[in-house]
Amino acid sequence: MTMHRRTVVKAMLACSALVGLGAVIPGAAFAARNKDAFSSDDQAKAMQALFDAEPANSTDIVLKAPSIAENGAVVPVTVSTEMANVESISIFVADNPTPLVAEFMIPAGTQASVATRIRMGKTSTITAVVKADGKLFSTARETKVTIGGCGG
Amino acid sequence: MAGIFKVKAKAKDGMTRVKMLAKHVMETGQRKDKKTGEVIPAKFIQEVTVQHGGNTVFSGQLGTAVSKNPYFSFTFAGGAKGEELSISWVENTGTSATETAKIK
Repeated sequence: MTMHRRTVVKAMLACSALVGLGAVIPGAAFAARNKDAFSSDDQAKAMQALFDAEPANSTDIVLKAPSIAENGAVVPVTVSTEMANVESISIFVADNPTPLVAEFMIPAGTQASVATRIRMGKTSTITAVVKADGKLFSTARETKVTIGGCGG
Repeated sequence: MAGIFKVKAKAKDGMTRVKMLAKHVMETGQRKDKKTGEVIPAKFIQEVTVQHGGNTVFSGQLGTAVSKNPYFSFTFAGGAKGEELSISWVENTGTSATETAKIK
């Protein structure tokens, strides 16, 4: 067991050596990651950090998610909207340890419709935020989780 | 490293629908090893970008709440059978890679 742990530690060190190298080069190719938003444990704060504004409720966003998720580890979510000039679609789960799940950039030419699978620790509201024409819109719905997705 | 993304991209009526599934643990950093009680360090994909012909057609900043073996699907205008998509991803550990997939 101890031997095994040593190899793991070694592997981790090797990995972190790569981090130093990796962080510099590919970082430039991507937009800066909003670390504050992703690490915030409060949905309102995460939204504030990400958008610097509060979204307005909208009925023009279609947020598809199951009303009851048997397995919180894999909850399929689809967000789509007919709005014009959509810049990004973000997904929040209010009661997760870090509510911001993901932020998807929608370049011109790509449809404002994204499907993914998310984790939910427990029953919570899922909020989809769409940024269109520089304005923020959101819609939310509740998904009941019978088995949490955060291990433990 | 062999590619972790399995991509199905289909061109139809001038649009290309992309479905992609990555084989990745997406470790949140909140789980504990049941035997040792130690926290398993976070290891997840934090950025993914898909490019077609040099243009970004999709990109995402991901948090730890994206499920294990993450799945994404989206549709973009353009793309034709036989053309290539390039998929770049970056892990929170700094590991990164670029993979390619053909549109069918």
